Amino acid sequence: MESLSLLWGGLEAAFTPTNLLYAALGVFLGTFVGVLPGIGPAMAVALLLPVTNGMEPTQAFIMFAGIYYGGMYGGSTTSILLNTPGESASVMTAIEGNKMAKNGRAAQALATAAIGSFVAGTIGTLCVVFFAPAMAKVAVKVGAPSYFAMMLLAVVLVTSVLGSSKLRGYIGLFTGLTIGLVGLDLSTGQPRLDFGNPLLAGRIDVVVVAVGIFALGEALWVAAHLRSRPLTIVPVGQPFMGRDDWSRSWKPWLRGTAIGFPFGAIPAGGAETPTFLSYLLERRLTKNKHEFGHGAIEGVAGPEAANNASAAGTFVPLLALGLPVTATATIMLAAMQGFGIQPGPQLMEDEPDLVWTLLASLLIGNTLLLVLNLPLAPLWARLLRTPRPYLYSGILFFASLGAYTVNQQPFDLFLLLLFGLLGFAIRRFGIPVLPLILGVILGPLMEVKLREALALSDGSLSGLFNEPLAILIYIVIALVLIVPPVLERVHGRGDTPAREREEQMSDS
Amino acid sequence: MSTAQKPPPDPTTGPPAERHEDQGVDKAQYGLAALLAALGAYTIFDATTLKVGFADPVGPRVFPYLIGSVMVLLAVLLAVATSRGDRGEKEEGEDIDPDAAPDMVTVLKLVGILVFNIVAIDFLGWAITGAILFAGCAWSLGSKTLLRDVLIGAVMSVGSWYFFFSGLDIPLSPGILDGIL
Repeated sequence: MESLSLLWGGLEAAFTPTNLLYAALGVFLGTFVGVLPGIGPAMAVALLLPVTNGMEPTQAFIMFAGIYYGGMYGGSTTSILLNTPGESASVMTAIEGNKMAKNGRAAQALATAAIGSFVAGTIGTLCVVFFAPAMAKVAVKVGAPSYFAMMLLAVVLVTSVLGSSKLRGYIGLFTGLTIGLVGLDLSTGQPRLDFGNPLLAGRIDVVVVAVGIFALGEALWVAAHLRSRPLTIVPVGQPFMGRDDWSRSWKPWLRGTAIGFPFGAIPAGGAETPTFLSYLLERRLTKNKHEFGHGAIEGVAGPEAANNASAAGTFVPLLALGLPVTATATIMLAAMQGFGIQPGPQLMEDEPDLVWTLLASLLIGNTLLLVLNLPLAPLWARLLRTPRPYLYSGILFFASLGAYTVNQQPFDLFLLLLFGLLGFAIRRFGIPVLPLILGVILGPLMEVKLREALALSDGSLSGLFNEPLAILIYIVIALVLIVPPVLERVHGRGDTPAREREEQMSDS
Repeated sequence: MSTAQKPPPDPTTGPPAERHEDQGVDKAQYGLAALLAALGAYTIFDATTLKVGFADPVGPRVFPYLIGSVMVLLAVLLAVATSRGDRGEKEEGEDIDPDAAPDMVTVLKLVGILVFNIVAIDFLGWAITGAILFAGCAWSLGSKTLLRDVLIGAVMSVGSWYFFFSGLDIPLSPGILDGIL
C-alpha cells in the first residue's frame, strides 16, 4: 500500500501541464520514429536521446517513457502493415497481423495491438510498482560479489540463450567489453586503450556508440541491400474492433501479460521467448484454430501484450538492480547515466521522487499512446511510404546531429562513423547487437564490482564466492552454460559445427 | 573495420536465406578473426603499460587481460568455425532485399559524405554541412531531385541549429555563418 501512495505522489508530480506535454511529445516522436521502417525501439530511443540534452532529469525521463512505449508501438504498426518485423520481438505479431491486414482487417489488427499494449503496459507498470521497491530493498544488502555474479548471469543469459550462434554472441559481448575499457581507469585514473588521444581518454559517450551501431550501422547496411521494388503497404482506416473482436482479444491480452512480465522482470532478457510462447498458447487455446496462419486476432493480441508486458518488466531489474536486459533498456540506462543518475538499489533510497515520477510517467505515456495512436493510425500508415532515399538520409542526418550535440566535437562524428562501420560489420557477419551494447554498458560496472569484491579479500579469488547468493548465481550460470548443450547432444539435434564434428567422428 | 573486403556473393546458386551453409567457406570471416585477434592482443599489450597502485590488489590490468585473452580465444574459435563452413545469418529487415548483391559503391559514397561532414563541420558550420549531408546521402541512395533535396536539407539543418541554440541552449558549430545565423 505504501507503494500506491508513493505512486500517487509520482502521478501528482508528473501531472503538470508541462510534463504532460513532454510525455505527449515523447509518445508522438517515439511512434513517429518507431513507425519508420528499419527503426526499432532501441534505435528510436538512441536517436531521440539528444533532444533531452538540455532538460531537467524529471522531464527528460517523462519524455523517455513516452518515447519508449511509442517506439515499441510504432514497431508493431510497421510489422502489421508491412509484414517485415524490424525486431525479433515483433516477429510473432507480423505473422498473424499482416495476414489480417491483407484480409482487409488492418484496422482491427492495429486496434487489438494498441489496446493490448495499453492493457499489458498498464498492468506491467503496476507490477513494477510493487516488485521493484521490494527487490531494491533486498538488493541494497547485496554485496559486491553477488552483484558481480548477477551481472555475469545477465550477460551470459543474453549472450548464450538468445541468438542462433553462441560464438557470435560472445564475439559481440567481448567487442562491447573492449569498447567499455576505453578511457580512464576509474580508480587509478590511467588511460586505457586511448591510442594516445586525450579525447578517447575521457571515455567514449555511450550515445555515440549506440547511435553509431544502431542508426548508422543499420542505414549503411540497408543502403548496401536496398530493395528496388518497394513493399506493398496495406491501406488502413480508423482502427476499431467489433464485439466479436473484443471477446476474442481480452483473454489473450491478459494471458500475454502474464507470460510477458516475468520474462522481462527476471534478467533473462528479450521479448522473443514470451511472444513466441504466447503465440503457441493462443493457437492451442483458440476455438478458431482454422484461422491461425490466415489472420487470427488472438495471434496478434497475445504476443503484442506479451511484448509490452515484458518491456514493462525490464524496468524491475533496471531500476532495482541497475541491470538492463534489452537493447532499449540498455540505452535507457545510458541515458540515465548521462544525467548523472546510476540506477540501482541506492537510487530508490536516494531519489525516490525521481523513480516514482518515472513510474507514473510510464503509466501516463501508456495512456497517451492509446489516446494518440488510435486516431493517428492512418497518418502513421502514410509514413511508411516515405521515399527510401529521404528516410535513410534523414537517419544519417539525425544520427550525425545527435552524436555532434553530445560534446560539439568533430571527433565524436569520427567515432560515430567508426561505430557505424562496426555496426555494418556485425550485421554482415551475423553478430548480435544486444550482447555488444550490453558489454559496453555493463563492462565498466562489472569491473568496479569485481575490484571491490577482490579488494575486500585482498586479491584472493575467494572474495568472489563468500556470499551464499553469489554461489547460488554461479550455480545457475553453470547450469545455463552446461544444460542446453548436453540436452542438444542427448536429442542429437544441432546445426552448429559441433554437430558436424559429431558426424565426422561417427563417420570415421 | 573489415567491411570493404567482402567476398563476391554468389547470386546464381540456390534459394537465398537459410541455406547459407551450402555456399562454402566465408573467407571474409578470416579477416574478422584476424582483426579480433589483433584487437585482443593490443588490449593485452596496452594493459601491460599500466601501473598498479599500492592499495589496489586487483589493479587496472586484470580486467583488460581477461577481455583481451578471451578475445584472442574467440578469434581462434571463429577461424576454426569458418574453416568448417560456419556462416553468420546476415541481418534482414523491412527494406532489405536478401537476394541482391551488396552495393558497396553506395556505401562508399555515404562514407565519403560522412567524412566530408567530419572535416568541414567546424569551418563551414552545421547549417551548411548538415544540408550537404542530407542532400548528398539522398543523392547516393538514388534520389534524382537534387535541388529539392538541398532545400529540404537546408531547412532541416538550419531548423535543427536554431532548435538546439534557442530551445536547448546548445550552440552547434556556426562556422562561416557565424553572426548571420
